[in-house]
Amino acid sequence: MAVGSYAEARAPARRRALARAPRGTLGLGISMIYLSVFVLIPLAAVVVKAVEQGPTAFFDSITNSVALTALGVTLGSSLVVAAIGAVMGTLVAWVLVRDRFPGQRLVNSLIDLPFALPTIVAAITLIALYGPNSPFGLSLAYTRAGVLLAFLFVTLPFVVRSVQPVLIDLDPEAEECAASLGASNITTFRRIVLPAIRPAIASGAALAFARAVGEFGAVVLLAGKVQIASIVIFADIESDAPQAAASLSVVLLAISLIVLVLLRLLGNRNAR
Amino acid sequence: MRIDVLDVGKRFGEFVALDDVSLEVAEGSLTALLGPSGSGKSTLLRIIAGLEAPDSGEIQLDGADVTPARPQDRGIGFVFQHYAPFNHMSVRENVAFGLRIRKRPKAEVKAKVDELLALVGLTAWSGQRPAQLSGGQRQRMALARALAVDPRVLLLDEPFGALDANVRAELRLWLRRLHDEQHVTTVLVTHDQEEAMEVSDTIAVMHEGNIEQVGSPQQVYDHPVNDFVMGFLGPAVRMEGELVRPHDLRLSLEPENGATEAVVTRVVHLGFEVRVEVELPDKTQARAQMTRAQARELELGPGDTVYVQAPHKEREKVKV
Amino acid sequence: MRVSRRATLSLRTVAIGYLVVLLLVPLGLVFYRTFEHGFGYAWSWMTTPAAISALWLTLVIAAIAVPLNTIFGIICSYVLVRGRVRGRAILDSLIDLPFVVSPVIVGLALILVYGEGGWFGNWFISHGIPIIYAPAGMVIATVFVSLPFVVREVAPVLRAAGEEQEEAAATLGASSWQTFRRVTLPSIRWGVAYGVVLTSARALGEIGAVLVVSSNVAGSTLSLPLLVYQRDSQIGPAASSGAYAAAMELIVISLLVLVGMMLLGKRREEVR
Repeated sequence: MAVGSYAEARAPARRRALARAPRGTLGLGISMIYLSVFVLIPLAAVVVKAVEQGPTAFFDSITNSVALTALGVTLGSSLVVAAIGAVMGTLVAWVLVRDRFPGQRLVNSLIDLPFALPTIVAAITLIALYGPNSPFGLSLAYTRAGVLLAFLFVTLPFVVRSVQPVLIDLDPEAEECAASLGASNITTFRRIVLPAIRPAIASGAALAFARAVGEFGAVVLLAGKVQIASIVIFADIESDAPQAAASLSVVLLAISLIVLVLLRLLGNRNAR
Repeated sequence: MRIDVLDVGKRFGEFVALDDVSLEVAEGSLTALLGPSGSGKSTLLRIIAGLEAPDSGEIQLDGADVTPARPQDRGIGFVFQHYAPFNHMSVRENVAFGLRIRKRPKAEVKAKVDELLALVGLTAWSGQRPAQLSGGQRQRMALARALAVDPRVLLLDEPFGALDANVRAELRLWLRRLHDEQHVTTVLVTHDQEEAMEVSDTIAVMHEGNIEQVGSPQQVYDHPVNDFVMGFLGPAVRMEGELVRPHDLRLSLEPENGATEAVVTRVVHLGFEVRVEVELPDKTQARAQMTRAQARELELGPGDTVYVQAPHKEREKVKV
Repeated sequence: MRVSRRATLSLRTVAIGYLVVLLLVPLGLVFYRTFEHGFGYAWSWMTTPAAISALWLTLVIAAIAVPLNTIFGIICSYVLVRGRVRGRAILDSLIDLPFVVSPVIVGLALILVYGEGGWFGNWFISHGIPIIYAPAGMVIATVFVSLPFVVREVAPVLRAAGEEQEEAAATLGASSWQTFRRVTLPSIRWGVAYGVVLTSARALGEIGAVLVVSSNVAGSTLSLPLLVYQRDSQIGPAASSGAYAAAMELIVISLLVLVGMMLLGKRREEVR
């Protein structure tokens, strides 16, 4: 390469350098536009719709008996689902990581089934099992128990998949050390293992909670008269009451945002 | 190719990585940037390569300002601390990468790559993936890859830092021989003063974003400009407020003019050398180094009184 | 932690029992219900004109939404991991929104923006480009709900791959594009592939968001999940058989996705 080419290229190169923006500027622009068109502008429209008739209309829409019941049932069931999911998910993760048995890999991949399966299939499956034609004579459809079951189904992977990698990385030496110091299994689990996996359980349970709060597909066939928030919003849309639908949506969005922020704080603490 | 670093400054947030540094790297030399971590040596190397942009100042190659030029336009070869192998390519493809990018004829690429693989002793491994090589082999592959494009400047960032002691010693010798054959202007970043003294012909000692001293290995070792350079280039002890090398301290059993009385606290035998630890009257500790023969003559043991003679400034001047 | 044989076995039994009750029994029952009147009968439900066009529509929607989100996902991961531009943190927090927003709210939001009387709706309608109650709206809804998957898979892989290889390529004379194509892309390809699989799973199975913006007319805006919903909502054993048959098609697609996840999951772990 000729040395002179540098001197010749110098002047335009410098101008280019001055104009050069920090790396990723174009990509950030593209990403923000894409995100705005598909996500942010539509969500903003919901918020605007909810409040454009004034705060009174908004509060009326979310404090009437239907909305309050729906919110109560949704939040209550989601909390129960998060709690059951945390316990059972941790148990399943423990068995998948620490136990060895034939067919384990198959069981491990089954965990992802609710992610892979369309929610409407989950719904029709649960109807087949617990609906009016239930082979077990159980009719959970159109009851809160049925809704709970649907939530448990779709949120199964969250806690398992969040706890599993942490358990794998957990150093068995700490547990062996505790045992050598005379700790029982329960003490070892409570004092050594649980503190290590608690953030993972919490973030998995929070994701499960957020998913359950907004779940629609899995409960659309099952809910019946059980007033779930997402079903109520759907009914409002169908009956051309967009303001009511938007108001309830804003409450759900706020809950989702709180969960997102909590997850982020949790993530930051883990990173440290 | 000569490299000129002119008043280069670089900050990362509040941290001053380089505080208006200037350095001249002579054509065909092998210069070591030596300093502790955080001294700015890697940042300076990356700025020379164009991988970082300086906040102020200029980089010149053979007198031409290349500050705004991108790394791919500078005609440099860069070897990374962790080798940066392209994991999805074979060893041969790794070495050929730069030539392929330049769209050289196939026959030329093959000839050049074969030559380089032979030079670094990886001919038998040419079809393997980098993951199948040892650390030393990966490092040699990275060198061959950088040399393939006939760089005008070769830049090495802690090239031997992640290797075992034996492999490191071997590769140092090999690098020195390579440089003596090819005469590519080379800049090497290292925190290991022994490595810098063994391989390079010029050492620039860096500390907290500044270049403290530039000189031949002997100059910076024997005539450090300040306490930092003194301490960083080798063991040093404080005598009468000044830093001196332990092997420059002379112990005797009789009081001498200008000598300080001290008490021996410990005598350590380290193979061919003997280290005598003493306590000075001001209760500070110092240590002297001597050969086995000298130690045998003095027959020192803990509790003995000795007289420590620091090297005289006048004598140093005579030695220069 | 040394757990006794009895404790291990009981934990294993509880974990597998939970999975069987929650996942396998319902799925098995759907298989039974689908084929209880013979394979030919189920096949006839799968090959009605409505069912064939629903399958096509589902595939077409996925074929548009998945590549869009893949390209966006790669650009966005690059900005998040390699970018030095301000505003990355905001982008990073907003990306997860679609994970926590209820699908029904997505549908509502799109109606409020692109529907009649919506922010941009009248413009599109007057230009003869129907979005709501048309396939275009279903595509937008699908893009929304499946947007974060590729980013969330690719960003960690890109971070783990490190920047050194790209810097090495630059010092060897490669342009930014050459570096991206020859070095960056090959090092993230398994992450991209896994993200594509997850995106596809969500895109093929989405019901909530799509249901709201679809006119639910067979042959034009009825996707496979919507067909399941529609058939199940009708009364009578024949309709229910049709719903099971359509669900079975979705299950087969999901199982293929699940197998893809298993295979790619292994490759992805190896790369990390």
